[in-house]
Amino acid sequence: MIHAPERQDRRKAIALAAALLLLALFPFAGAAFYTELVTKVMILAIFALSLDVLVGYTGLVSFGHAAYYGVGAYALGLLAPPYEAANLWLTLPVAVGAAALAALFVGAFVVRVKGIYFIMVTLAFAQMFYFVFHDTRFGRGSDGISMNFKPVAAIGGFTPFDLANAVHVYYFVFAALVLVFVFLRVLLRSPFGRALQGIRSNEHRMRSLGYPVYWYKLASFTVAGALAGLAGYLSALQFGFVNPELLSWHQSGNVLLMLILGGVGSLYGAVAGAFAFVALQELFSSLTTHWQLLLGGTIILLVIFLPGGLASIAGRFKRTLVGEPDDE
Amino acid sequence: MSDVVLATLGLSRRFGGLMAVSGVAIELHRGRLHAVLGPNGAGKTTLINLLSGDLAATAGNIRYRGEDITRCSADRRSRIGIGRSYQKTNIFPAFTAFENCRLAAQSRAPRPFAVFTDAARHRPVREAAERALDAAGLAARGGSVASALSHGEQRQLEIAMVLATAPEVLLLDEPLAGMGAEEAQRMVGLLRTLAPKHAILLVEHDMDAVFAVADVITVMVNGQVLESGAPAQIRASPAVRRAYLGEADE
Repeated sequence: MIHAPERQDRRKAIALAAALLLLALFPFAGAAFYTELVTKVMILAIFALSLDVLVGYTGLVSFGHAAYYGVGAYALGLLAPPYEAANLWLTLPVAVGAAALAALFVGAFVVRVKGIYFIMVTLAFAQMFYFVFHDTRFGRGSDGISMNFKPVAAIGGFTPFDLANAVHVYYFVFAALVLVFVFLRVLLRSPFGRALQGIRSNEHRMRSLGYPVYWYKLASFTVAGALAGLAGYLSALQFGFVNPELLSWHQSGNVLLMLILGGVGSLYGAVAGAFAFVALQELFSSLTTHWQLLLGGTIILLVIFLPGGLASIAGRFKRTLVGEPDDE
Repeated sequence: MSDVVLATLGLSRRFGGLMAVSGVAIELHRGRLHAVLGPNGAGKTTLINLLSGDLAATAGNIRYRGEDITRCSADRRSRIGIGRSYQKTNIFPAFTAFENCRLAAQSRAPRPFAVFTDAARHRPVREAAERALDAAGLAARGGSVASALSHGEQRQLEIAMVLATAPEVLLLDEPLAGMGAEEAQRMVGLLRTLAPKHAILLVEHDMDAVFAVADVITVMVNGQVLESGAPAQIRASPAVRRAYLGEADE
């Protein structure tokens, strides 16, 4: 019985290694179109991971997470000079920092409220951000900003990789995804991460145990915003333009759907959800122009029949085939 | 007296037209177990909620070691040494019993910036959690998920979590309710060992237990203190008999 979790861990490790290997080798196998598609999915996976910190591990259902994704993207759009390439190593930290600051500012207000009110105020703040970029000269209006040059990764005279090359971008995003995943894994095991999960489980008791819950939630909101900003930055880097749609509530809704598809409160689920969401999107839009109807229907069915999301499939299969797990 | 740890003066709480707690003055001393008795609706749980900061006082004040804490938040009160348990079990149901206590103990060494360390490996916190489980009689159940524990065991866990925060003041809201005879006996023993080094406020319906462990008893009726004194004095009081103990005799 002591060995059961270990064996399970080993299986998980094997599955993880296989997935990593597949992603690492993918650009050699696929056409350019798919390399770029998977790059996009991995960016969305980072975005979904960042939201999972809030929804799955702190119990804060944010319906305005696209705001920080957009701030990260716009940071690159606004910082990129018109006649030369921006430097990755300068703009990336600024973008992540800007998203973190935006989240810190909004979080200071919103983490005071709970439940449905939290959903509404995060949405309201995201709409404010949307209109700041949509309706002001600062944001360049509804057309957004097209960048004339891709950022360069030059350190002094040395350029380790070329961000105008889609395969290099693929590996850069892949590395970012792995780093974010590992970082969250470690963070969620730390005293801070455990406290967040306590807040999700029973905020009232956490308070009476002496935890200053407000500050923990605010820190969580800020970390999630910073990582969403990283995803937004990578998206702007991949496509070379930004527009206000990046901050729209559709985007906030989509990333929530990815989490629901994949399984809230599981890092694997967040990544799987991003892949499943885009795969379904691609599949249905190749079948019909009314693909959103099919996508919506599929998600409803999944929520009904697989409430734990894709991340719960393995456990379900095992229960069906082997029976209930032993008492751990 | 110098060993007064927690004291209230004129403490009141109004819910609309109802004075749930009205002008209560109570003193908790280190080394004394102070029991609060009273019929349902007397304001006992409200009193604990006021002391722990779960509810804000409408009037009056609370002093902890001479400092006015009437306006302090619940989490701050916990950090400075006022721990409480709940009448209705208030735990982390999806976590193991050990993790419930570990998280409670972690509140004394929160280390929120140690983001690259594994919380479960921090020795002092682990040991504090294990001691608390052991004291509450749950040493063997640490690995079980809290929601899978029996009702009585969840009551024990409730106490273990307070103990894991190493409080100076213990506010215990019906700790024996729902416990089997054996566990209740054990808990009474635990209260006895805790009493010398803590200031304890005990709200409890089990009369035998209260008279067995209390050093001081306060009887509340309709949000007010009816009488306060040594157990013998309370037992002999005609007012208390009329208002409360008489009912129990039937």
